[in-house]
Amino acid sequence: MRVPILKQGHYLIASIQSALTDADLLQLRDDLAEMAGKYRSRGIIVDVTALDVMDSFAVRTLRAIAHILRMRGARTVIVGIQPDVAFAMVQMGLTLGDTQTALDLEEGLDLLERGRDPRE
Amino acid sequence: MKSLKGKGTPALLRNDSTSALLTELVAHLRQNRTQLREEWARRITESQLLTAMTKEEIFVEATSVYDNYVAVLETGSVEALQAYARDLSERIIPRGVETHEVVGIVLLLRDVLARSLFKKYQSDFALLNRVLDAYEPAANRIANTVAVGFVQERERIIRQQQEAIRELSTPVLQVRERLLILPIIGVIDPQRARQLTEQLLRGIRSNRAKVVVIDITGVPAVDATVANHLVQTVDASRLMGATVIVTGLSAEIAQTLVTIGVDLSKMKTIGDLQGGIEEAERLLGYKVILEAVETPPAMKRPAV
Repeated sequence: MRVPILKQGHYLIASIQSALTDADLLQLRDDLAEMAGKYRSRGIIVDVTALDVMDSFAVRTLRAIAHILRMRGARTVIVGIQPDVAFAMVQMGLTLGDTQTALDLEEGLDLLERGRDPRE
Repeated sequence: MKSLKGKGTPALLRNDSTSALLTELVAHLRQNRTQLREEWARRITESQLLTAMTKEEIFVEATSVYDNYVAVLETGSVEALQAYARDLSERIIPRGVETHEVVGIVLLLRDVLARSLFKKYQSDFALLNRVLDAYEPAANRIANTVAVGFVQERERIIRQQQEAIRELSTPVLQVRERLLILPIIGVIDPQRARQLTEQLLRGIRSNRAKVVVIDITGVPAVDATVANHLVQTVDASRLMGATVIVTGLSAEIAQTLVTIGVDLSKMKTIGDLQGGIEEAERLLGYKVILEAVETPPAMKRPAV
C-alpha cells in the first residue's frame, strides 16, 4: 500500500497507515525525495504510530530518507514510535543515528517550527 | 532378597497385615505419647535444633507434630499434615528457622519412634521386621511431606518478596509538565533494567514527557552491563522523542566507567539530581525565580 503524503505549508507529512513491505518503503523514500523538491519543503514528518514492528530494513530506510532529504534541504522528524517498538529497536541494536524523533505529530510539527532540537 | 520375599506374599494379604500392624503401632505410639514426646523434645534441645524458639514453644510444636505424625500413620493420608506443615512453616520461617532444623527434628522423631519400636519388639525379630516394613515407608513419606512443605513455603515467601521489591522499586514521577524523574535505587539486573525501561517508555507516552531525569544515586555499583542498560534506556527514550539526563554518577562510579572504557559520551550526564532538574527546566523553557528574598524578617515575626 502506498503511503499517503500530505502537504502542510512548508512541511510534508507521511502518515504510515499499516504494515509496509520493503517495496512500499522504497516507494515512500522515492516519493518523499521527489515531493520535497517539487514543493520546496523545509521539513518532513514520517508518522510511524501505526507500526508495531520495525525491522532493520525499515530503520535503515528511514535513516536513508533523513539523509536524502537533508541533502535536498529539508529536516526529517520521525514521530510516533511506540514504547514496545522503541525497546525492541534498542535491543536489536537498531538506531536512527542522528535522525530526529518526537512523541507524536504535534510534537514533530512543534520541533520543526522551533527549528532547533533541544538535544543539540 | 528380603524385599523379594515380601513381594512374594499376595498383595491383599500383605496390605491387610500392614494395616493391622500399623493399627497396633499407632496404639503403641498413643500409649507412650507423653514419654516419647518428652524424649523427642529432649533430643531436639540436645542437638541444638530450633534454637530460635523457647523450650515451651518447642514442646507445644512437638506435641502437635507428634499427634499429626501418629494421625498420618493411622490414616495414611498426608493432606492434614501438609496443611499443618505449611502453617508451621509460615509461623517459624520469619523467626529464622532453617531447613536443616525442620528436616532434623522430623528425622529425630522418626529415630525416637523407631528406637521405641526396637525396644518393644526386640524379642521377636521377624515381627520387628514386618513392623518396620509398615513403619518405614510411612515415616519416610512424612519426612518428605514436611520438608517439601517447608521448602515450598520458603520459595513462596521469596517469590512474594521479589514481587514486592519489583513493584516498589521503579516509580516514574512527573515533577513538572512534560518532565519526568526516575529515581533508581538498588541493584540493576537485566530483568529489572528491562522493566525499568518499559515503565519509563510507557510513562513518556502517557505523560507526553519531553525530558526525563534518571537519577542513579541509589545504584550501588555501575559496571559495563549496567551502563549498557542505561544506554539502551536512553536510546529508547530518544526514539520516543524524549531527552534523557542521567544524574547521580558518583566520583567512584565515573572513575570506574572511564577505567573500564565505557563510552557514555552520547549521554547527557549531570552531577546531581538538582542540577539535572535545573537543566531539564532550562530545556523545557522554565525559569524558576526565587521570590521571597526577605524571608528572615518574615520568619521572625511569628516568634515575637
